[in-house]
Order: sequence, then C-alpha cells, then structure tokens
Amino acid sequence: MKTTRSGTRAPSTQDQYTVDVFTVVNGAPAQWRVDTRTTLLEALRDSAGLTGTKRGCDQGACGACTVHVDGARVLSCLMLAAQADGRQITTVEGLAGESGLHPMQEAFLRHDAFQCGFCTSGQLMSAVCLLREGRAGSDAEIREYMSGNLCRCGAYGNIVAAVREIADGAGA
Amino acid sequence: MRAFVYDRPTAVGEAVAAVAADPQAAFLAGGTTQLDLMKDGVWTPDRLVDITRLPLRGILVESQQLKVGALTTMEQLAAEPVVAQRLAFVREALLHGASVQLRNMATIGGNLLQRTRCRYFRDPSVSACNRRSPDSGCAAVDNVARMHAVLGVDERCIALHASDVAVPLIAVEASVLVDGPSGQRRIPLTEFWVRADEGPSIENVLGHGDLITEIDIPLLPAGWRSGYLKVRDRASYEFALTSAAVALQMDGDMIADIRIALGGVGSVPWRAREAEDMLRGTHVDPVRFEQAGRATMASAFTVPGTAFKVDLAVRTLSRQLLTMTEAPR
Repeated sequence: MKTTRSGTRAPSTQDQYTVDVFTVVNGAPAQWRVDTRTTLLEALRDSAGLTGTKRGCDQGACGACTVHVDGARVLSCLMLAAQADGRQITTVEGLAGESGLHPMQEAFLRHDAFQCGFCTSGQLMSAVCLLREGRAGSDAEIREYMSGNLCRCGAYGNIVAAVREIADGAGA
Repeated sequence: MRAFVYDRPTAVGEAVAAVAADPQAAFLAGGTTQLDLMKDGVWTPDRLVDITRLPLRGILVESQQLKVGALTTMEQLAAEPVVAQRLAFVREALLHGASVQLRNMATIGGNLLQRTRCRYFRDPSVSACNRRSPDSGCAAVDNVARMHAVLGVDERCIALHASDVAVPLIAVEASVLVDGPSGQRRIPLTEFWVRADEGPSIENVLGHGDLITEIDIPLLPAGWRSGYLKVRDRASYEFALTSAAVALQMDGDMIADIRIALGGVGSVPWRAREAEDMLRGTHVDPVRFEQAGRATMASAFTVPGTAFKVDLAVRTLSRQLLTMTEAPR
C-alpha cells in the first residue's frame, strides 16, 4: 500500500498505481484508496458519495466541479485526488449549517438563480469564495469574478442578483 | 488516461533526480494544462513527480526586483501589493487570464510552460502535427485556424503561446532560475522560448529534469507607467486574439523610454523591439504608433483564418499606446 501524507514522501509499493489519500471533507476525516489517475472530482463523487459536485465538461472549462481546497476555489476535475492529500475540502454539501441553508443558497432560491440546476453547486461554491475575496463590489465585478462558472440556461442575471443581495447585506 | 506512478518528493534535488532518472517521468505542478492533456491522450507520462509540496512558494520583494517562487499561484502573485504599484501590466495580465479557480491552481512556473491551445495539437486522432511528431505536417495550416500565431511561425507550425502574463514578463526582461541534473542556471525569458519557425517540436530551452524554481521580475523604475490590453471573443475567461503590454516613461509630451510586447500573435511571447526603437525619444503621434505596429507585424505569416490578426494587433498596440501616453496612471 502506498501511503502519502502532506509533506512526506510517498513510499514505493507493489501496487504502484494505487495511492491512499487522507483529507478532511466538510469537516470530517476521509480516506480513499484510489487509482493514481483519479481526479478529486471522481473521488468526491465515487469514493465519498458526494454527488453534489458536478462533472460538466471535465476539462476545466465550465466550473461545475468547483470546490474549496484549503479555502480557495479550485476545479476538482483538474486536480488529482492525490494532490488533495492532507488538504481541507469543502463541497456544496458542506455549505449548509445546523440552522439551515447557507445564506447564499437561500439567496439563489429567492432569486431563482438557476433553471436546470446542473451548474448551481459550482456557482454557489464560487459565489461564497467571491465574497471572501472581496470581489462583489459591483455587478461588473461579480460578473468578472464569476466568469469561470458557465450556465447554459443563462440564469446569469439572477445569479448576479443573488450574489449582490448577500454582498450588500454583508457590507451593511 | 494512461496509468502513471505518482511520487511526491519534498526536496528540489530529490524531485530533479527522480525525473532525470526516468525518461518517461515529468513534473506535475498546478495541473491545469497537464491533466487536460493527459485526459486527451496527448501527453502520456509514466511517472508524475508532484512538486506542489516543494518549498517554492512565496514572493520576496527586493528594492529592484521580485523573486517569485515558481509554485506561487497566479492569484497569489496578482494579490502582491508591489505588483499593483510597480508592475501594473503584470497584475492586469494575470487577472485577465483564465478564471479565479484556474488562477488558484495554476503556478507562475507552469504558466510559462503551458502548452499551445492548438486544437489539432490537442487531438491525438490528428496525425499531422509537427509539434507532437516531427515531420508529420501541420493540420492547422491546412484546415481551420483562428487561435493561432502569425509571428515566429511558418508553414510547418502555427502554434500560439497563449500566456497573458508572459507578455509583460518578457517586456520587463524577467528571468527564471532553473535547477537541473547539471546544476543551477539562470535563463532570461528573452532566451527561454524557441520559436516554432526555429523548430516546431521544441518549445523552450529546458532539458529533461530541468525544473524552474524561481522567476525574478525586475520592478519598473519609479515614474514609469504600464498597462495590458487584451482583445478577445468574449469579455472574460477567454484567451487573447491579440494583446499588448506597454510600459513607458514620459518626459512631457515625449516618450523617454518604452517596453513593448505582444500576446496572441506569436509562437513565443513577442517582444517588439523594433517598435520600441521607433518610439523611444519621439513625441506622442498616433500615426507613428500605427507605423510601429506595422513594422512589428511586417514579418507575419498568415493563413486565411489568422489574417485578421495583423490589423487587430496593430490596432491593439496603437490603442494601448494612446492609453499609456494620455493620462498619468
């Protein structure tokens, strides 16, 4: 068995195409034994059973697979699961708290910020980070810094409105 | 995707040795180009040496330059206050590239090494690609081209180097520190990339096992202003059709000194020295701006799909020169 941990060398093993990955997903420790080729997206969906993160283009063009790794939004389809070893991961399943949905999720519902919903988890993960990054100062800024999340239904206006409402509330 | 062995060393020397020892091994950094190419079957390493835990992150601000660890992400470099103050066009180029998610992953070293976006290069079912397979031909020249280069290319290959940030970096004459099997060396970016018309299958001067560890970026002197103009098919999250990075120092109505580089047009990030020479020491004159652009594009090799880039590049540069010479920034 090949074991990797943050900052330590992966020892060689008999099964050189398998890797053990230790992460914390939505606050809970997780361990996956996966093929080295496995992306973080595949590990989240298939090993962790967290199917809220969507596989859209699978080539880094659409943003549907956006998750947070150590607090930064990234594309889980272009990161190996092995590269997430030792990292803190948040998926859309981790946004809601004990008191209910995340305010951004509530705002998406209020503003009807989706139609088919396939891009929505990625949009939410980006939007939550956008606020932390301090990039929701204007509609133009929201559009620019949400541009990595495509919506084929074209719900962009409503997405901007939802983000705007939370940004204004947070700044008030 | 072809199966590969995954390794994650913690020291630079260890990583260099691991790749140098295996002809089928490669370094893996942010992965944003690499995983994409592996999924497409265009790039098939047997061993990936993950360098993302090496101590090569962070920015050291010195009086005349920035020393940027090669694993510093595009977002981290863009957020450095000194970049905004002294290298405005580097910041603008960074923030006009890709998306926030990609910029959080992509490293500055990897950005310089990104592969071309040519869709024929990226499709292994296309056999004619001199970049992938020497002397096999060029499907892009014979078929549909658009996001391709017109400078530093010929009928053998019209692959574009699509980096934005490399454009201002070559204008300020940044350099990279490289650790390799034969030791450490410094390579100026002006000597780093190899033009497609000088060898379509060779992209840069690095050898197998060479690892970029640091990028050194000279700060623009006080009193200089700079900016990056990017023209593209949509307003955000798109590669450049053409772009212009300009840094200059004004003396009244005169351009005292100037640096120019163009993106979206070259097989390598394109430093426009002839344009600099035509404009240095001259008064602000839009006619001369256009002449400088025309001189830069005079050697263009175009195919029907890329012919528009000549005029567009001239206008992009002219517009950016007007912006830079008009109001103090």
